[in-house]
Amino acid sequence: MLRFANPARFMLLSAALLPWTAGATGVLIAAGLYFALFASPPDYQQGESVRIMYVHVPAAWMAMFCYTVMAAASAVGLIWKHPLADLAAKATAPVGACFTFLALLTGSLWGKPMWGAWWVWDARLTSVLILFFLYLGYIALINAFDDPARGLRAAAILVLVGFVNVPIIKFSVDWWNTLHQPASVFRMGGPTIDAHMLTPLFLMGLGFATYFVWVLLLRLRAEIVAGKIRALRLRQVRAAPATPVSGARPARAEG
Amino acid sequence: MDTLSAFVEMGGYARFVWPSFALTFAVLASLLVVSLRSLRRGEAELAALRAATGAAPADGPDEA
Repeated sequence: MLRFANPARFMLLSAALLPWTAGATGVLIAAGLYFALFASPPDYQQGESVRIMYVHVPAAWMAMFCYTVMAAASAVGLIWKHPLADLAAKATAPVGACFTFLALLTGSLWGKPMWGAWWVWDARLTSVLILFFLYLGYIALINAFDDPARGLRAAAILVLVGFVNVPIIKFSVDWWNTLHQPASVFRMGGPTIDAHMLTPLFLMGLGFATYFVWVLLLRLRAEIVAGKIRALRLRQVRAAPATPVSGARPARAEG
Repeated sequence: MDTLSAFVEMGGYARFVWPSFALTFAVLASLLVVSLRSLRRGEAELAALRAATGAAPADGPDEA
C-alpha cells in the first residue's frame, strides 16, 4: 500500500486505473438500475416505493464508508505525516458529503409515502444529519487556513473526533426507539431481505463504490497538480527579486 | 403501452421514486463533471506554467 503512496508512482498507477474504474462504474450501475427498476419485485407492504431503497441504502453505506476512509487517511496523515494521506482525506470529503446528502434526500422521499413525514427528529436521521454537517465542517476548516498544511491538520483532528458518530449511526436503530427500520443486510445471522432485492442492492452498492474510487483518483490527481502549481509559483516568487519583471527596481550588480 | 404507463406510474409512487433516482444521478454526475473539470484546468495551468518557466533559466529569466 505504502509503496504506491509516493506521488509520482500514484500518478502512474491512477492513470492506469482510471479507465477501469470508469468502466466498472458504468457497467455496475447500468446492471444495478436494470435490476432495481425492472427485474425485482415490489415489496408486499411498501409496493413500488421500495425501489427507492436501491439508491437510498447504497448512498447511506457510502456516506459512512467515505467518512471511515477519511478518518483512516487523516490518522495516517497525522501519525506518519504522509502528504498523500492528507490529500486523500481532502479528496474524499466532497464525495462523502454528496452521498450523505443523497441518503438524506432519498430517505426523505421514501419517508413521506411510508411514514407520512418528510423528516422526523429520530436517532438515525439526526445522526446522519450530523454526519453531513461534519463533512461540511471539514471542508470549511480545510479552506479556513492560509497555510494548506495547517488546514489539513486541523481538519484531520475534526474528522477523528467526529468518527464517534459512525458507530452511533450504525447502532442508532438498535439503541433507540425509531421509525427507521433496523439493519436487514449486514447483521448477525445473515440478511433478512429477499435475494431478488439483494442483487440490485449490491450491484448499486458496488457501482457507488467504484464511482467513489473513480472520483477519488480524479480529485487526488487534481490535488497533486495543484501542489505542483503552488511549488512552481513559489519558486517564481523566490526568483523574482533577482529578475526585474514588473515594476521591480533594476538593480543589476555586475561581476 | 399499458406496461409502460404502469412502469412510469410506479404503483402510485412515481413522484417519490423517480425524483430519488433522478436526483441521485444528477448529484453524482455533477460531482464527476466538477472533479474532471478542475483536474483539466489544473493540468492546463501546470503545462502553461512549465512552458513559461521552463524556457527561462532558474536564476532569472532574460526577458524584460
